[in-house]
Amino acid sequence: MSDATLSLPAKRSRALPRVNGSAVVMGLYILFLMLPIYWLVNMSLKTNTEITSTFTLWPRDLTFANYRTILTDPSWYMGYVNSLIYVVMNTVISISVALPAAYAFSRYRFLGDKHLFFWLLTNRMAPPAVFALPFFQLYSSVGLFDTHIAVALAHCLFNVPLAVWILEGFMRGVPKEIDETAYIDGYSFPRFFVKIFMPLIASGIGVAAFFCFMFSWVELLLSRTLTSVNAKPIAATMTRTVSASGMDWGVLAAAGVLTIVPGALVIYFVRNYIAKGFALGRV
Amino acid sequence: MALELIGVSKEVGARTHIAPTSLVLEKGTMNVLLGPTLSGKTSLMRLMAGLDVPTAGRIIWDGKDVTGMRVQDRKVAMVYQQFINYPSISVYDNIASPLRLQRKSKAEIDSAVRATAEMMKLTPLLQRKPLELSGGQQQRCALARALVKGAGLVLLDEPLANLDYKLREELRTEIPKIFEASGAIFVYATTEPEEALLLGGNTATLWEGRVTQFGPTPLVYRQPKDATTARVFSDPPMNFLPVTKAGARLLFGEGQNAPAGGTFAGIPDGRYLAGFRANHIEIARPGTPAGGALEFRCTLAVTEITGSETFVHLDHGGDRWVGLLPGVQDYVAGDELTIRLDPAFVYVFGEDGALVASAPYAAAA
Repeated sequence: MSDATLSLPAKRSRALPRVNGSAVVMGLYILFLMLPIYWLVNMSLKTNTEITSTFTLWPRDLTFANYRTILTDPSWYMGYVNSLIYVVMNTVISISVALPAAYAFSRYRFLGDKHLFFWLLTNRMAPPAVFALPFFQLYSSVGLFDTHIAVALAHCLFNVPLAVWILEGFMRGVPKEIDETAYIDGYSFPRFFVKIFMPLIASGIGVAAFFCFMFSWVELLLSRTLTSVNAKPIAATMTRTVSASGMDWGVLAAAGVLTIVPGALVIYFVRNYIAKGFALGRV
Repeated sequence: MALELIGVSKEVGARTHIAPTSLVLEKGTMNVLLGPTLSGKTSLMRLMAGLDVPTAGRIIWDGKDVTGMRVQDRKVAMVYQQFINYPSISVYDNIASPLRLQRKSKAEIDSAVRATAEMMKLTPLLQRKPLELSGGQQQRCALARALVKGAGLVLLDEPLANLDYKLREELRTEIPKIFEASGAIFVYATTEPEEALLLGGNTATLWEGRVTQFGPTPLVYRQPKDATTARVFSDPPMNFLPVTKAGARLLFGEGQNAPAGGTFAGIPDGRYLAGFRANHIEIARPGTPAGGALEFRCTLAVTEITGSETFVHLDHGGDRWVGLLPGVQDYVAGDELTIRLDPAFVYVFGEDGALVASAPYAAAA
């Protein structure tokens, strides 16, 4: 009997929920990170009246009309199509140009190789605004203005150096003896490169492609400057949607949600290698 | 069919990696390149393979000049110290890859791959990726790829150096057997004299980019042409002490001298360098007669016990000698020891390092 009464307070304290400090901190951090995204999704599912007139934590009057507008109106969805076209073009060009360049930097010593390699990176240090004017004038005079390839080429200015740096880091991790063994076995260089070497650095190619995709996808200034109608990117469409009738909050929020989706999809495939990519392959 | 190097040299910038070298490697022979790290073994192999182009000289293969020929067009195979396989394809595809490039038929490839895999004990592992294998298995895979190709020249660059002791012994006995049948020229680089003696065949000793001697392995071991060769081809390295030839006697200092008979008879009077190997040293037990052996007083610096043998590092008037004694020896650092050395085991080198007189025991053998 006395035993039971004595053990009672102990039992009660055990029953209290234990507070895990690190879980609280992490929870708060994630809450802060997710809040803007949640609010964007929240807004995209509301009507304009609800957005502007009341404060609601979740849509009282759930509607998919905003999404329907975007997916049916060509002036909206063509923005996505245009963006995807030049982003994919840019990624393909950047990777196919950077692969041989990175191989040369990782395998051969030549005059000024280190300087050239560093100079590549300095291209990323100039703000895009610097290049907007020369690109605009140049492309206008050669008739490339308002085409997808114009934006794709302009973005190569940032993405090729980045891809070279990332790929070079991954390639350096492959021992040179593998190249030599392949030559001894009788592989020609192109065949070795495609059959043996590229599978070895597949994760590096994936990461480099992801970074090219991402930078090209989020870049606004050059893509807006170099296009008017035919190749107008989604980001430009979004910023120009402040019309005379006021802001169309719901549609804009829906467009924002749809803009996040491609990046989230692409990052899923390279999630295990992203850290190495941020270190430019040098981990 | 032979591989002939005529005055081949390699310079990178101002540095000489390989001094002008002439060698003839005959068909169906095992040739060991023996030398310490950075002595030029790998550089010489890369020249033989065609991975590097020599700065000067010519390489003749089967009567044809192949000096500038691309490595793809030469019939060579090479195995590195690191376990080099194609990580993205299976062991089967790894072994098959040189044959596929030779455009052999599917059936032919399959039978060759399976036969080679059987020999290298890889049959149960054919569907795995190389990185899923143990180190020994990975190196077997690399060896299988080199073997299946039927190359006329097979280069093995310290293939066993990264393997653990047991596997190394196992593969070391297998390699000569496996490759004997192929009729190819084998070149095997190693840093270990023991490995060279086990493999037999011919040995070329290398030192600082120079081939100091080339010949049948036991001959090079017994009758090194100079002190450098003797040093390279002894593990632990050969011990040296100054010696003077005066009339009919060799004077070793400390009142030790020996009659200059046999191989020593023809040496002109003067100062020389005497060399002897670690295993020829004995520790004098007090009270036993020297019996014609030379005696030196040394201080014991370090002992290394391997179990069946004990290495004693001795200090002899500033010279560091190493002795190899059987069994476990209970000496302690600082012990004063008297060692005995039969003059029959002494090599005499000139002051420039060239051999003046071979050890009488070696000349007799």
